[in-house]
This record gives sequence, C-alpha cells and structure tokens, in this order.
Amino acid sequence: MQITRRGFLTMTGAIGGGVALSSLGLNLNPTRAYADELSKMDRIKIAKQVTTICCYCSVGCGLVCSVDKATGKIFNIEGDADHPINEGSLCAKGAGFFDLTEANKHRLTKVLYRKPYGTEWEEKDWDFALERMARLIKDTRDKGFVKRNAKGELVNRCENIGHYGSSNVDNEECWLISVKSRALGLVYIDHQARV
Amino acid sequence: MTNHYCDLKNADVILIMGSNAAEHHPIAFKWILRAKEKGAKIIHVDPRYTRTSARCDFHVPLRSGTDIAFLGGMINYILENNKHFKDYVLNYTNASFIVDSGFSFKDGLFSGYDAKKRKYNKDTWAFEKDGRGVPRRDMTLAHPRSVFQLLKKHYSRYTLDKVSSITGVTKENLLKVYEIYASTGVPDKAGTECYALGWTHHTVGSQNIRTMSIIQLLLGNMGIAGGGINALRGEPNVQGSTDHCILYGNLPGYLKMLPASLGTLEKYLHKYTPVSKDPQSANYYSNYPNFFVSFLKSLWDDKATRNNDFGYDWMPKIDDGKAYSTMHMFDAMYAGKIKGFFAIGADPAVSTPNSNKVRKALENLDWLVGENIFNNETYEFWRGPGVDPTRIKTECFLLPASASMEKEGSQSNSGRWVQWKYKAADAPGDAIPVGEIEIKILAEVKKLYEKEGGPNAEAIVNLKWDYLDNKGHMDVLKVAQQVNGRFTKDTVIEDKAKKTRTEFKKGQLVPTFGMLKDDGSTACGNWIMSGSFTADSVNKMKSRGKEDPTELGLFPNWSFAWPVNRRILYNRASCDVSGKPYNPKRKLLEWTGEKWVGDVPDGPWPPMADKAKGKYPFIMQRDGLGALFGPGMVEGPFPEHYEPLESPLEKNPMSSQRINPAVEIFKSDMDKVASASDKFPYVCTTYSCTEHWCTGALTRWQAWLLEAMPELYVEIGDELAKELKIKNGERIKVTSIRGEAPCVAMVTKRFKPFQVEGKTVHQVGLPFNYGWLFPKDGGDSTNVLTPTVGDANTFCPEYKAFMVNVEKL
Repeated sequence: MQITRRGFLTMTGAIGGGVALSSLGLNLNPTRAYADELSKMDRIKIAKQVTTICCYCSVGCGLVCSVDKATGKIFNIEGDADHPINEGSLCAKGAGFFDLTEANKHRLTKVLYRKPYGTEWEEKDWDFALERMARLIKDTRDKGFVKRNAKGELVNRCENIGHYGSSNVDNEECWLISVKSRALGLVYIDHQARV
Repeated sequence: MTNHYCDLKNADVILIMGSNAAEHHPIAFKWILRAKEKGAKIIHVDPRYTRTSARCDFHVPLRSGTDIAFLGGMINYILENNKHFKDYVLNYTNASFIVDSGFSFKDGLFSGYDAKKRKYNKDTWAFEKDGRGVPRRDMTLAHPRSVFQLLKKHYSRYTLDKVSSITGVTKENLLKVYEIYASTGVPDKAGTECYALGWTHHTVGSQNIRTMSIIQLLLGNMGIAGGGINALRGEPNVQGSTDHCILYGNLPGYLKMLPASLGTLEKYLHKYTPVSKDPQSANYYSNYPNFFVSFLKSLWDDKATRNNDFGYDWMPKIDDGKAYSTMHMFDAMYAGKIKGFFAIGADPAVSTPNSNKVRKALENLDWLVGENIFNNETYEFWRGPGVDPTRIKTECFLLPASASMEKEGSQSNSGRWVQWKYKAADAPGDAIPVGEIEIKILAEVKKLYEKEGGPNAEAIVNLKWDYLDNKGHMDVLKVAQQVNGRFTKDTVIEDKAKKTRTEFKKGQLVPTFGMLKDDGSTACGNWIMSGSFTADSVNKMKSRGKEDPTELGLFPNWSFAWPVNRRILYNRASCDVSGKPYNPKRKLLEWTGEKWVGDVPDGPWPPMADKAKGKYPFIMQRDGLGALFGPGMVEGPFPEHYEPLESPLEKNPMSSQRINPAVEIFKSDMDKVASASDKFPYVCTTYSCTEHWCTGALTRWQAWLLEAMPELYVEIGDELAKELKIKNGERIKVTSIRGEAPCVAMVTKRFKPFQVEGKTVHQVGLPFNYGWLFPKDGGDSTNVLTPTVGDANTFCPEYKAFMVNVEKL
C-alpha cells in the first residue's frame, strides 16, 4: 500500500489506536512507519514545494519536491495532484523518484578519470578534465578532419569523433549538444530516439 | 503523438499494438481505462499476454514481425466491405490522385529497384500533373491508376487465409479486430492507435506505422479528438531531443542535414523548399528558407551574413545517401575509424544491438567522455567481462551530472507539451547540469582554436557561445530564448489579412515562427519552438492554467505545445469541407464563417469549400492532403510484408523478397546472421518492465526498484518448457549466433505457440534492463543476442524479432 500525503491525513486518526494496541503485544512496525510519515507531514507543511517533471517515460507526469528550507535538501517527492495528466498518481519508478536524489549513495559526485591502461578511476577536478578533454578533442579533430570528400565536394566534417545522447536531459541542453556537435563538424551524431 | 495523453479518453475504440501500455506507460494507460469506463472498446494485439491484455476487452496474439500483414488485412477488409469514410477519403487524402504510368509492383518489388545498391530510384513513384503542374485527380476514384484503386489492388492480396498463415492469428480473431476497428469509419466515432517500441524495433518499423496511418486516413481518424496515431515514447525528453535533432540526418526543427552535393545555400534551399502549384495547398514548408537561415543566424549571430551565405560553408556536410546512425557509428568504431566518443546520459554498451561488437568497438577509442548521474557499462567498458584493463589504451572521463530535479529547464512529452521544471536542490558534490558541462567543454575547445587555429576553425571561433551567467553557471533562460528566436534588428511586421502593423525592437523575442525571415533579421535556434515565449519574454512553458473550454482535455493554458500551442495535429480534418465538425459531440474545431474556434487551427485560412481563400487540411504536405500513397519511404509507397532479417521461415509467403529489399546489411566479421536455422529455432523479442527504465542504467542503482525486479529472466511458454524439460525458476541460457545470455527461466502461459505456414512456431522474450556492472548477479544485456540491422528509413534496430535457442546449463 502506498501512502500519499493526502491519503495519509485521513488515516492519522488511526495511529492513536495503534499505540494503544501495542501493550497487547501486536507488531508495531506499521505504526512506527505511520509515525515517521506523520513527522514528515509536519516537515512538508513548512517546506518549500518545487514542481518538476518525471525523468522516466515521456508521459510527462508532474511531481512535487519538498525542500527543507533550513538545509536546502529534498526530503520528499510525490505526484503533483494539480497536474492534468497524472492527477497526483505515479508508476513504481515515479513513486521511487526520491532515490535519485543525493540520498542515493551511488550518485556520481566527483570528476573521474581513467588514464590509458589504468585499472581504476582517479578523482580529478573540473579544471584538469576540461583542459585535458579540450586538448584531446582538438588534436583528434584536427588529425582526422575531412575538408573535401572523395568527390572533391567541400564537406568540412570530423568523422573520427562520435556523439551519443541524450533523451534524458532538458531541451535547452539538447539544443546545446546539437549545436556543439555541428560546430565541431561531427556527423556521427545520434541518441536514444532510435533505440 | 498526433494527439496527446489526456485525449485518449475521447476514443471509441483503442487499438494497442506494439505497446504494453499498462506496464510501460501506466499513467497513459489510466487515460485508456477512462475511455473504457465510458464504453470504449480496447484491443491488445501483441505476441505476449501482458497486464495490458488483462485490462483490455480482448487480446490477440500475433507472431513478432508480422504487423504489416495483420494491418494489410485490415485495409483489405475496410475496402472490400466499403467501411471507409467516403467524404474524408475523397476530400482529405490523395486517394483520387493519378499515379505515373511507369509505376508498378511485382513479386514484392516496386518499380525502380536496384538490387546491387539495395535502393530504389523513385522517379515513377509520382503523380501525373495537369497543365498547371497540379496533380491530376479522378474524383470518382475509378481510374485504374488512381491511388485508391492501386491501394485496393495492393491489399487485395492480404486475404484472411494468407494473413492468418503469416501472423499465426486465427481468422476469427482477425475478423473480430477488423470489424470493431473499422466501425470507427463514420463521422461520429473515433479510433486511435497506441504504439511504442513494439512497432519501431523492426526492419519494417516505419512501414508498420505507415500502414496504420493509411487505416486512420481511410477511417477519417486523423486530426480528430480521440483519434490519430500515438507513439507512447519511452524517455522523458525523447520528444525534445528528437525535436532538437541530436540526429545525424536533421538539424533542430527537423531541418535537413546538409548533403555534400548541395554546395551552396541557394542550391540547398532550392532542393528543400517544396513548391505546389495548387492554390488550395498551403504548402507550409514553402517557409523553409525562413527557418533555415534563422537557424544559421542562431549559431553564428553577427558573423553569419548574406555575403557568406550565413555560414553555410562552415556547416559539416554528409555524403549523399550515407547514414551515420548509432549502428553505423559503432561499425565505424569497430573498424577503428572513430577515435573519440561522447556518451551523454546513455549506456550504449547495453542498449545497442550486438553488444559484444559494440564493446569491442569501444576498445579502439583513444578517449571517451561520459556525463551522467550514475556509472554504467559504457563508461566501464575497459574492465567489462573478459576485458583486461592493462591492454586498453582509452583515456576515460566520467563527469558527474545534476539529476533532473536539480536543474531548471524544459522537457517535452510525447504529446508535444513542453513543460517547465524548476530546480529543487543543488546537485551533490561537483555535479553540474549536462548543459553546463557542454558549454564549458566547447568554451575550452574554442579557446584553443582562437589561439592555435585549425581546419574550419571559423565554425568554432565564430560560434555564439555565451550561455554562462555572471556566476559561471548555465543561463538556461538565455538558451531557451535563443531557441525560441529573437529579432536581430528593429523590425515591423505587417499582417495584410488582419490589417495590423507591429513593431519589434532588436533583441525582442519572436512571438511565432510565422514571423521568421530568411534575410538575417531573425535568429531562431529551433523554429518549432518559436512561440514558447511571448515577444515580452513571458515563458509560456511555465503556464499552469487548467481551463478546458472544449471539455476535451486540451488544457490549452497548461505548458506550451508545439507547434503554436496546437494540441491536436491536422485538426482542420475534424470538420467537413465547410468547417462544420464531423462529430458534434466532440467539437475540436469549428469555422464560424469568420474564424476557427476551439483548438489552435492548422493555419488560419478558411475551410477548403471556399475555393478562393480556403486551404486543404494537411498543411505540412506539399499537396495539402493525407498521403495514402507515400513516396517518401525508401522501400515503397505502399507498405508490404517482409520477414524480419532472422525469421523462422525460409520464404516470405507474400513474395520472393524474403526481407525488406531496402534494408542495409552490415558486414563486419561480428555481424553474423542465422535465419530459418535449426540451431536457433525460436522467435525472440525483448521488452521492459514497470520497475526498470531502458537499460536500467538509472533504476538498477535504486534499491526499491531493484528489489522488485532483481535479475534477467526469459519468458517461455509452458508448452515449449515441457518440450525442453525446463522448470520454472531454473537457471538456463538463451543463445543467438552472436552471443549468449544466462538467465532465469520463467515458465508462463503468456506465450502460446503460433501456427505459421503449417508449422508450430514458439516465441520467447526477455527484458532489456540489465547489465554486468550492477547488480553483480543480475545478468548482462540481452543485446548480446540481437543483430545489427535496422529499419530501412530510420535505422531503429530490429530488437523485436530475431532467432534464438533456449538451452539448459
């Protein structure tokens, strides 16, 4: 059973009863879970609410992130009841959206670099990575640049660098990717639309 | 989608074919069930019985890869039984056009085929024209070379017996679907189709969809509430990423990539600006030069001038007729021709067909740049199964990115709603948005070219690339406004029809793409997004009004829908030639005598009964009408059944052409094929599940979801399992000629054997959500099994029909 914030409000009356029953030796775990939800409820009431759109399929469901004003951290994400498509409901993936936040210990948080023939990643900073990547991009592009094709037609293209992705970044980012790729002269350009 | 998600509730019949909507698009399915609650019939046609089937009125199993045969039979049924919507077909489609006398179709091939090149010369796939250059028409539809008669003849071959034998669907089931679906060919009924990857992942994927488009035109289901063809797409912004064309063949807004043979801007615009001599055809693409030149201006700003063809020479150009899709990219990488690679928010080592070849290809790279929120199998290819890192030279960068709710920007759903999302929190650690990473990488490259120069350095040095704010972060509004477009000088726009004159200042935003110009006075990153802001910079993507004046669920004040906030495409076809709604119960649009009211119409012109000012409804088509005859496709103007590259049949029952004649064959030593082979006797398909998303590259890292769906399995029908003595839960392996996938057997009643051409054919299926990196015991990608082959038009790989064996360990 999934407890939504609104659904939960109507259930809070049952909690007092649950506590009373504990002295009879009944399993209290569900009651504790409700109590945890209750404290989250109080936090939600005073939280900043920020709307977003789901990052899985392309139905475009609305979500509300509750952000703790003191820490700036997201502590709850749920379906946006005001959204005309999902009307507050979500699928299993959308309902688990919170596990994409920094609370997930698997999130990448550092620039990682693997040197040629290396066996591990090394942590680096942005300056190192940007400078090194720019050098590699320019050297590769300049070395393989095709000014004219076999027929002698002017083509100004870079065939030795490929680009893949992404359909899970925002429109403005997609446009920047599209433009960056063309400015570099890439022609092997593709993303998940085909898969 | 021609329509949008909330509109599904307006349908009377919904055919779900090529999709498992209940599991993969649960919230879309809510709208399908809402139609059902109101009495709509819901039909599921799919090889496997799924949760979608369980909630539909009935399920019809068909063999993977035979959709065109199934739908071709429906076209035959509609025409034989006179079920088409006559008024619509006559007025709104090219049924009456007379086709060139040289056009023919014989034994699976259309006229103009070159077997050596595996390509067609399409010269005869054309219409006869009258003295004015307008397509000749026979309004009685009786002419033997009319599109209508040719269509009838073509699909008369798709008899019930034939279709049943190819698809494995019983004749009773065929008739049941045909009758119910064809019942929507009347003015007051709407039928819609929902598809997903189950239709696109075939060597005939585009033609699957086109066959349905023909049915929708015959039944008058295009452009109406509750109608259309609706792709339930699978990634959050796959609509937007396609609109912005991170694709080899197109530029933002579906403008054509420049072919090498078109050496000047003039030649290019001449080729891609369609001309219609028919005064009633709006031929909206006659505005092509305005969109294209404005795009070039968005790249190079003041540096793009009329004198340098707005930078046309700086653009890369592709060789004519050559494709550069994912499969081509990995083929070139495997051959050692690609040295550097960006993999952004993606896991192609898992998602690309013939993954073993892809993983070998990655070993040839000098460098790889990854940008993502989690690690994945692509970024770690250098220590994948059987790979010795100390022998891999590739220099790898894995850059931490912000998650979706940690950045501001817009996302487009399949219904073309462009919705604004807000930043809820900072990303953890050093993570920044992908857009910001991209800006910073190219800015660094730009510095090098400014200092050192290099080939075609102008393209980089002159690029407008000032999208960081004064704190050094991505200025998302600045990018969004560049995409929308702005005036590059003070401009006056006169509208003669409305008798208005509007002044715009330099720098002001262009409020609609109708105002874009080909003279350099406007810059616009993507014309279809023009109008996402008002001239005064009001961001319409942020709109959250829930008014619904038509009561059809259009929600015109919620977000922005391209183009120009139109919610249902081709909507003028919902009215008769005088502009009166065909279905008064679902009034999408109506002509008052002065103007259209309802949805944003497909152009302001009067309906076509007004011979002086009226226009045909399909304004993006050169001829203004729905294309029953579609010469744009590479394998023929009418869809034809061909077997998948790998099939259980030695021969195509329809013709001597076993596979799609226009499909490209990849020939590397790792591209092996085994069709109609005893070693690989079972048809296989791949799919997803509710708890995982795509390769699982985001969802496998989430404990809640992983616990629900922990590892790779294969679904095997109980009859086949009995034959092979395989028990439910047993660890087995699925093999193809390209690789093997160890997995758990799920013995199920959901797959039933098919009777095909007199023999029993079994089909199995696996999810595609796993990879070796995490979880360690979850199994690897099912794409080690799939072949490198794709649709002849789009190069979507054939993941949905290939041949395997199922073996005990």
